[in-house]
Amino acid sequence: MSVSPEINIALDVRGAVKIFDTRGIRLPLPWNRGKPELVVAVDQVSFQIERGRIYGIVGSNGCGKSTLVRMISTLLYPDGGTLNVFGYDVVDDSQKVRRLINRVSVEASFFRKLSPMENLLFAGQTYGLDHDETEQRVMNILARLGIKEEQVLRPLEQMSRGMQQKVAVARGFLTSPTLLLLDEPTTGLDPASKRQVQKFIAELREEHDATVLLVSHDMDEAEKLCDVIAIMSEGRIVASGSIPELVELAARKGPAGNLEEAFLTIVGHALDEETEDSAGAWDLEATPKD
Amino acid sequence: MLASSLQLRGAWAFIERNFRATRRYWGWEVVFLIYSIVNVLAVTYIAPGAEALTGVGTATDFMIIYLLVGTLVWTYLNGVFDAVAFMISWERWEGTIEYTFMAPIRLVTMLGGSAVFAVVYGLVRTLVVILVVSLFFKLNLANADFLTAIIFVMLGSVGFLGVGIMAAALPLIFLERGTQMTIVVQALLLLVSGIYYPVSILPDWLEPFSWISPATYILEGIRGAMLEGKSVFDMSGELWRLLAVSVVSLPLGVWVFQKSVDFAKRTGRLKRYG
Repeated sequence: MSVSPEINIALDVRGAVKIFDTRGIRLPLPWNRGKPELVVAVDQVSFQIERGRIYGIVGSNGCGKSTLVRMISTLLYPDGGTLNVFGYDVVDDSQKVRRLINRVSVEASFFRKLSPMENLLFAGQTYGLDHDETEQRVMNILARLGIKEEQVLRPLEQMSRGMQQKVAVARGFLTSPTLLLLDEPTTGLDPASKRQVQKFIAELREEHDATVLLVSHDMDEAEKLCDVIAIMSEGRIVASGSIPELVELAARKGPAGNLEEAFLTIVGHALDEETEDSAGAWDLEATPKD
Repeated sequence: MLASSLQLRGAWAFIERNFRATRRYWGWEVVFLIYSIVNVLAVTYIAPGAEALTGVGTATDFMIIYLLVGTLVWTYLNGVFDAVAFMISWERWEGTIEYTFMAPIRLVTMLGGSAVFAVVYGLVRTLVVILVVSLFFKLNLANADFLTAIIFVMLGSVGFLGVGIMAAALPLIFLERGTQMTIVVQALLLLVSGIYYPVSILPDWLEPFSWISPATYILEGIRGAMLEGKSVFDMSGELWRLLAVSVVSLPLGVWVFQKSVDFAKRTGRLKRYG
């Protein structure tokens, strides 16, 4: 499905909220009454990604990054706010959104007894690609990711964790998504493979009309690939901007020699503000908007 | 690409993938096949066993066919039920559930592809069992109406798929215990559907449950055709009841499944577990 060239905003997230009740399913019985134990995983998150850009979201473990990606992926209904992919709402127009996106997550997630080719043929066909077209694309992408031809037909369970992750990356690229969601895509890869994947992401942007949302806690990777970065903490975006802008912003309060230091300064400060019962956002007025 | 061809290709993807996965797990398939054959034989030998124990053998041939029909139909329905009802558990176990639900296909496409595979898988498996078991018993099926039996099996499969799809929703709602609950549903169907005995012998409070199981009417129809040579027209009552149950259970199954997916998406249950 193609997107009109006139649409410049690939992803528009406004006030997104996701709350989980950690108690699980409670039957309506007298002894089950009690206060719900709510966890706000995503708290009033708003941002926009311009078409063709690589937008990074960095944050520590459990800060709500993956929950946000799941909402964009149509796998989770938001409890508040709106999320639009090229103008399509992720809840009301989920079918259209799914035709535009694909995702690579930290877990490879395949039928392990099946080969990479069999798994990717299935994936391609569910996106409407025919058998031959899928086969051709699979061979092409896997070759670019450094997977040998003879490995393509062996069961995935015989491959290393890193190789499986490369196949997962191939699945994400296979359908030529207009918006690619990368949730810690290079976790578990060796440095050489990591570079191959990063190069591939950059090439995808050049070759296709692709927008990328990269979620990571790998600051080097974010620094290398992203045009704009948002820093997430405790379910909220506490700062966003280009790397020089974030570094400059952090330098006002503490050490900020690179993105990692800027991140630690900003997140540390955001947490401090929270404990002091403030709004928790890190000087957002002064934060340059992307 | 036309939306309909995308959906058709999507349905085919499920058929092809499930076939490939079954082929890769061939060792387990052989084990299940041997188990099914042994189970059918063990149950059917109860008929001549009863004659040997009591010395009364007037209805032994009738009982052999009666039990054989029950176990074979259950072998088939069990295969269909397993392939559909455990699809969510299977996807979750492999870790592919989120990717499957992210594909731009409709739920009915996913269910349709899995259902077609389930029926073909169930039929092939049962045919192999029939071939092997037929070597053990001398059956007189001169009066049997095979066409009627096939009509009941095919029509009943639709209804049974509905029940399977409803059961498939359980692992979506209950992350940890959903799969066990699906097995309980399977066991209850075995109890109330008259697989090895007429449902009339069930306690009064239990018998009504047999009315909502498509398997009850499938078995009534097949036994009528195989044991008494009745035609579809002779069993129009059973056929209408089966049709009514199927017409309700399939859309109900899809509706329950859709609601369960909505619930899973609201509460964050559509993810890998374990």
